[in-house]
Amino acid sequence: MNQHVVTINDTDIRKNVENSGCGECQTSCQSACKTSCTVGNQVCINEEVK
Amino acid sequence: MVHSFSFDGINVALDVASNSVHVLDDCSYALLNGQATKDRFSETDISSATAELERLTAAGRLHSQDVLKLPKFNGRRQVKALCLHVAHDCNLRCRYCFAGTGDFGHDRSLMTWEVAKAAVDFLVGASGSRQHCEIDFFGGEPLMNLPVVKQTIDYVRDIERKTGKIFKLTLTTNAVALNDDVIKYLNSENVSLVLSIDGRKPIHDQLRPDCAGNGSYEQVLRGIKRAVESRSGKNYYVRGTFTAKNTDFFEDVIHLAEQGFAEISLEPVVTSIAELQLQSEHLPEIFLQYELLAKKLFEYWHEDNAINFFHYNIDLNNGPCIVKRISGCGAGSDYLAVDPTGKLFPCHQFVGKTEFCVGNVLDGITDHSIVEQLSAASVFSKPECGDCWAKYFCSGGCHANNYNHNSDFNKPYQLGCQMQKKRLEMALWLKAKQYLNSKIG
Repeated sequence: MNQHVVTINDTDIRKNVENSGCGECQTSCQSACKTSCTVGNQVCINEEVK
Repeated sequence: MVHSFSFDGINVALDVASNSVHVLDDCSYALLNGQATKDRFSETDISSATAELERLTAAGRLHSQDVLKLPKFNGRRQVKALCLHVAHDCNLRCRYCFAGTGDFGHDRSLMTWEVAKAAVDFLVGASGSRQHCEIDFFGGEPLMNLPVVKQTIDYVRDIERKTGKIFKLTLTTNAVALNDDVIKYLNSENVSLVLSIDGRKPIHDQLRPDCAGNGSYEQVLRGIKRAVESRSGKNYYVRGTFTAKNTDFFEDVIHLAEQGFAEISLEPVVTSIAELQLQSEHLPEIFLQYELLAKKLFEYWHEDNAINFFHYNIDLNNGPCIVKRISGCGAGSDYLAVDPTGKLFPCHQFVGKTEFCVGNVLDGITDHSIVEQLSAASVFSKPECGDCWAKYFCSGGCHANNYNHNSDFNKPYQLGCQMQKKRLEMALWLKAKQYLNSKIG
């Protein structure tokens, strides 16, 4: 049990590289911004379906 | 690479390559930053904290190895999204409008049904086997051309039935023309709404006047409230812009929240108008606003009254894949904008700039040079991004902003970078604070 460090997420974006990039996710600038691209706040649509 | 920061009593560390986020006590935080001295912490604490950090490193969750090259896309990059400029005209005269108050530097005009149909046909062909496609009805003000919006939606629904494709439809509107009939129609067709309002009345009225120069706040707020209530608070964003005139924009976000809106986006202005432009001297005030906002959003969340602020809405467990994080928004490769005459541009911010026209809806992409440049733009093609901790969240920033400020897609707009990084820190802090509150109380 860690006493000093708490890790708050359990993913590694380097994993499953071969299956990434399907392109089915939403285009980032279409959602709400239109003037300031942010990709990190999107979700993976394949993970969402699971 | 590890980025660590401390805010409001919480120490956060992001392992950039794995995207692992850690909350550290003062001892481990000091150790991570090479500042753990025996006069500050006990030997026992230093020893146990060191062991924990070493375990995380061994597990690939700290100081982990970065991706060394751009992973290949599973599928070919194909256009899957269109920003359809159905109206290059507008019923407002917003002072910062990058569309030249609606005309994009050319004549005011509406897209014909023939052009809209050809645009949809182009998208269906260009998207190939991809199932999910997107169309954003944009302008100017798209509701000034509602008949063509309706024809296009009918056509899209027919294509969905015939092909199995799924279209996500969005309409970005200033809300002036949102009456009950329009709202009912858009709800029935499940069209997402991006609703433009800048916040407090004096701010909104100063920058978003109507054609006669009168403030539009009352009318716009009425329309947006009606729309949001009619769809039970789902499937929308209220979206505003902040400028040098309201660097205290925290107040505008709160004002929008107090109107009952739970999905809010407030964006830094893109403009060449000097008095509205954000400058580096504004950054301390802007950073303070983002800090105030993070704290307030935690309060709302803690009171079971959560507000989604677009830029803080990161998903640390189910975010985009590495390819998306590296390659960015897809403008020019996955996403194109169509002007009322059917000309294609890399995105809405390039529309009207003839040197960026890459083709048209009848002939498709005819000038591949810009498309290829944008397709190749990634965090690996931008030297300044290589050592940046935020690169897998912003993908090297907005192509249009980069080009407008530096005449180079691969040279990030530094002021934007600084704001982006502050937003990300606050988004991570908010996640950490919520996590600790849920787990520990």
